[in-house]
Amino acid sequence: MPKLTIDGEEIEVESGLTVLQACELAGKEIPRFCYHERLSVAGNCRMCLVEMERAPKPIASCAMPVGEGMVIKTDTEVVKRAREGVMEFLLINHPLDCPICDQGGECDLQDQAMGYGMDKSRFIENKRAVEDKYLGPLVSTIMTRCIHCTRCIRFAQEVAGVPELGATGRGEHMEVGTYVEKALTSEMSGNIVDLCPVGALTSKPYAFTARSWELKKTESIDVLDAVGCNIRIDTRGSEVMRILPRNHDDVNEEWISDKTRHACDGLKRQRLDQPFLRKDGKLLAADWPEVLSTVAEKINAADVKIGAIAGDLADCESMTALMDLMVANGSGNIDCRQDGGAVGDTRASYIFNSTIAGIEDADALLLIGTNPRLEAPVLNTRIRKRYLRGGFAAGLIGPRVDLTYDAAHLGDGPSALDDLLASKGDFSDLLKQANKPLIIIGSGALARDDGASLLAKARQLAEKTGAVRDDWNGFNVLQRAASRVGGLDLGFVPKNKSSLDTAGIVMAAGAGKLDVVYLLGADEIDMQALGDAFVIYQGHHGDAGAHRADAILPGAAYTEKNATYVNTEGRVQRAALATFPVGEAKEDWAIIRALSESMGKKLPYDSLVDVRRRMADINPVFSTLDETVSATWGDTTGVGTTRDAPFKYPIGNFYMTDAISRASEVMAACTALARVVDNKATGNNG
Amino acid sequence: MLRDNDRIFTNLYGYQDPYLAGAKSRGDWDDTKKLIEMGRDEIIENVKESGLRGRGGAGFSTGLKWSFMPKESDGRPHYLVVNADEGEPGTCKDREIMRHDPHKLIEGCLVASFAMGAHVAYIYVRGEFYREIEALQRALDEAYDAGLIGKNSCGSGYDFDLYIHRGSGAYICGEETALIESLEGKKGQPRLKPPFPANSGLYGCPTTVNNVESVAVVPTILRRGKDWFANLGRANNTGTKLFNISGHVEHPCTIEEEMSIPLKVLIEKHAGGVRGGWDNLLAVIPGGASVPCLPKGICDTVLMDFDSLREQQSGLGTAAIMVMDKSTDIIAAIARLSSFYKHESCGQCTPCREGTGWMSRMMSRMVTGNATVEEIDLLEQVTRQVEGHTICALGDAAAWPIQGLIRHFRPEMEARIDHAKKHSIAA
Amino acid sequence: MSMVGQEDYQPDSFEFAPAAMEMAQVEIAKYPDIRKASAVMPLLDLAQRQNDGWLPRAAMDYVAGLLEMPPIKVYEVATFYTMYNLKPVGRHHVQVCTNLPCWLRGSDYIVDACKQKLGIDFGETTTDGEFTLTEVECLGACVNAPMFQINDDYYEDLDATSAISILTQLELGEIPKPGSQIDRKSCEPIGGLTALSENNVKKTDA
Repeated sequence: MPKLTIDGEEIEVESGLTVLQACELAGKEIPRFCYHERLSVAGNCRMCLVEMERAPKPIASCAMPVGEGMVIKTDTEVVKRAREGVMEFLLINHPLDCPICDQGGECDLQDQAMGYGMDKSRFIENKRAVEDKYLGPLVSTIMTRCIHCTRCIRFAQEVAGVPELGATGRGEHMEVGTYVEKALTSEMSGNIVDLCPVGALTSKPYAFTARSWELKKTESIDVLDAVGCNIRIDTRGSEVMRILPRNHDDVNEEWISDKTRHACDGLKRQRLDQPFLRKDGKLLAADWPEVLSTVAEKINAADVKIGAIAGDLADCESMTALMDLMVANGSGNIDCRQDGGAVGDTRASYIFNSTIAGIEDADALLLIGTNPRLEAPVLNTRIRKRYLRGGFAAGLIGPRVDLTYDAAHLGDGPSALDDLLASKGDFSDLLKQANKPLIIIGSGALARDDGASLLAKARQLAEKTGAVRDDWNGFNVLQRAASRVGGLDLGFVPKNKSSLDTAGIVMAAGAGKLDVVYLLGADEIDMQALGDAFVIYQGHHGDAGAHRADAILPGAAYTEKNATYVNTEGRVQRAALATFPVGEAKEDWAIIRALSESMGKKLPYDSLVDVRRRMADINPVFSTLDETVSATWGDTTGVGTTRDAPFKYPIGNFYMTDAISRASEVMAACTALARVVDNKATGNNG
Repeated sequence: MLRDNDRIFTNLYGYQDPYLAGAKSRGDWDDTKKLIEMGRDEIIENVKESGLRGRGGAGFSTGLKWSFMPKESDGRPHYLVVNADEGEPGTCKDREIMRHDPHKLIEGCLVASFAMGAHVAYIYVRGEFYREIEALQRALDEAYDAGLIGKNSCGSGYDFDLYIHRGSGAYICGEETALIESLEGKKGQPRLKPPFPANSGLYGCPTTVNNVESVAVVPTILRRGKDWFANLGRANNTGTKLFNISGHVEHPCTIEEEMSIPLKVLIEKHAGGVRGGWDNLLAVIPGGASVPCLPKGICDTVLMDFDSLREQQSGLGTAAIMVMDKSTDIIAAIARLSSFYKHESCGQCTPCREGTGWMSRMMSRMVTGNATVEEIDLLEQVTRQVEGHTICALGDAAAWPIQGLIRHFRPEMEARIDHAKKHSIAA
Repeated sequence: MSMVGQEDYQPDSFEFAPAAMEMAQVEIAKYPDIRKASAVMPLLDLAQRQNDGWLPRAAMDYVAGLLEMPPIKVYEVATFYTMYNLKPVGRHHVQVCTNLPCWLRGSDYIVDACKQKLGIDFGETTTDGEFTLTEVECLGACVNAPMFQINDDYYEDLDATSAISILTQLELGEIPKPGSQIDRKSCEPIGGLTALSENNVKKTDA
């Protein structure tokens, strides 16, 4: 632990830190543009210069490792002049277009210029103009504003794993871009907008729509995959203007995927803003009392001949209410797994036990039937982060894909898993020799008809390779539905042996054995197969479920309600209401609560607090918040046979996976572009 | 004045055979095995005590630099990289070594590499030196064929491979870490230090980067003894040195002379004097484009060595002497250098990327006088804002010539501005 | 849309001819196996030589593939170093140094002579595609100033007459003598040797 003196005060810090980090610990703010703690050090902006005793020149504090006995000065005239000089250089070729710049109000350059800038320019030469670059539908460029900090380049290369950005040319003609016109082939590209300290890279969909100071900022979480990224929802009036990441070291660090960030325009389109009832084959607008009484009658009449399926975006409060309602009606036909993903007996069989941050401790990784790059891009960057540190062996069972890190391709399907169980192949040795191996199984395996057997085999392999022991559980299920772990924690699954699961409900409905099917935001099942059943759709978008529905109960999207979600790690988190539900739509648990009253089977909770108390009664995990709790492993039983068909990854088009992203024009543009790129690739590959 | 038998580069002008037979006749490769048998520490100690200071411009003790390399390898290979990216305006000395005395360099590479535990060395030659590379490659092939380098070099038991890497046109690659980046196949952008190359250089391995001349003189130093070298020149400024004398002299030339020779003697003895006589001298840039110019008054007495020139707020640099007589538009001369630094800035760090352009544009206006007298102060301030704030020394190099101009020729700059003002009012 | 400094006409494909491939392998072998990228500069040069002196994007992509580098890293290199020509150049690429040592000895006259003789300005190519004129920075032959480089050769100690004579010879398909254009072997003083005279044979014999 080196001791150093910063502005006269002694401080002891961890070795390996930089002087800049030490200064921050000492409470000294050091201005910076190029430095970013999650990226490699570039040291090029020269804004963080400080004085170091015995050094002839000021040093870049971001790049200087701390050393014993260093004497650092951050508040001298030399330092001030150095920073003022750098600031002036940054500004001489920077346009004075702050009034029309989207970065205005949240611009590092603007902020620092307040401290280190001059009140007038001494530069009377012509300013440099730089041609703008095309980077795809998400990132808008005004390259004349670029200060060449290279954060975007480093992000693309290091975090996103797509080395497609660079700085071409040299000297004052150096330009950041792709050189050959192309969109970034990354699901994480939007993060470069956050990283850009100036207005060179801004959000294309958000362009010129709002000023940052007009926005109301609501801290929430994302539900478009099962990572539970922490986000900030920026709204103006009733409109979600943009979604930004919020730092959470254990979940998403400070990244979010392009879908998380840019699907939000889908919140404005195809919304269910009032109740509907199907009359004479046509969906007609109705009012709440009418629709509730109709639906109540149907459910009461159906008695036990009803099933309920919760969709991927369903929150825990509404699942709790719906489950209680179904049980009150005598039916155990409930399921929160639209894809039918297999689950074992214990919580450890359906969560990401190692935790996301735990990925960084692992030294080997086996992926089974999952492409985390598309199913959980942010989690995938964590794997890449670990990979970049070296000493990390990865293997993949499933069709070859570009994961952004090297992974040995072990096979396309279950036989490769059998080989590992039989200790065959080099990778088997690597896995066994690993100190902290990780096994990640995804719905490409679990959602098959032999999913239960595959799960059991994967669990066996985990035991065999030492992935599960007292101090380490490296067995992970990568869920991709935000509702899934919460639903399983609540027991939103068939209540007893004779109860129907998702497939059973669909089949029974199609065969006329169920009279009513209740879809809580479920859009991913085969609607054609529901036969003549009376279908209730509760949700927020006019997607597949609503089109089939006989009654529509308009609910709230995740930005419109205070609701609980549990991420793939088993971390309980809360989404927050940023705008009110549209039109006559209501918070989802309250709709079910109202329905129960119409049915004469009033649920015993009147407030959100009551529902949450009920949730905690069902499963104590709900009394925790933002924690991961280690789960009991249980026995590995029930290994049946598996069929050797190749795994199929669940996500083909990353940009459209749910009712919100399918309604998004921005996601449609990304989809179109991705298709063009894919087609080109196919063309080139013959 | 240096006697011929104290000269190291005895085929400087290429009158003799540059290749192996000729080199051997000049004493190269004479029992090199014996030099290697001195052992690593002994070689480094001798080079240190000879007082040899790096000939590439910075003037750091070569022996001391070598001693920074780890004594034992931690498993990573060690590298010697020879900086032959000669690009400092005014400088053309390494070129002569490569085309006329290439075996001195190759033998030096072997000895230096051995002293630092490097089994591989690269000579990074600027790409424009196509013919020089041909000559060097021919000599290299000869050395391999004769068993002088390669497996069991010179029968010493030491394996040593030497390769030529051709640059592609970038002055900044003469900066040692930019050169390493370039050698790794990247843009030549200088690295942040620490880590220093001796800890983490080429491919992240311990590396020493030396100038061609620094390496090429080592075998002779070892053969003739450190004292021989140390007794030439002045204390702390020892040995012989290749000087390039260009510009307004009667006979521009390259000459090996004793360190610390008076500038005036050097010019008059070897370059035929200043065009029009010594009194026609305006100024001299004594060490390549990066060092401040000196007015005649200083040139009368200054000695050509590190310390003497530093005392005059200039530097020996590469010992490339650019002579300007009274016909010279000194403002235009320095403006030309400013434009050079703008062109060669790698663009990586802010003060250099932005500052070189600003300085160059201001200097262009100073040439025509299209400026205000206050702008001379602004220009001076901008040079101070660049100086010492950049990743590498190019920022300093761009600032210093302008500072030298303002220090010594401010009246000329003001007169130019006045003249332009009067002229424009009259017009 | 073409980017600044890029040639609009871009061939679809590029690959090394067998001889160039052989030379490329020699270059690649100079560096450790996992450091192939070190060979990017020599390989780009080989590609440029094969492609009449300029470097199309297809060649950069080809080199990127050969060296297993992300293409952007190759673009960065190709746009950083001045010896890569990203647009076609004439058969004779006349590169005139105008830096200080050459300027002090009259490079302005050389520039004027070249412009007049060829009828083009810096950065231009003659309509017959024979000559491109480029202003370059110091080429490191300062005691032989002024000078220019044409393709791989230096022509030194120039004056307007000798400069024009060299260009004329090239026009006529003749091969001009490279090096000093006056009575001088290399970098020795012209007025007679001031050193190394005893152990040097007469320069006329060399």
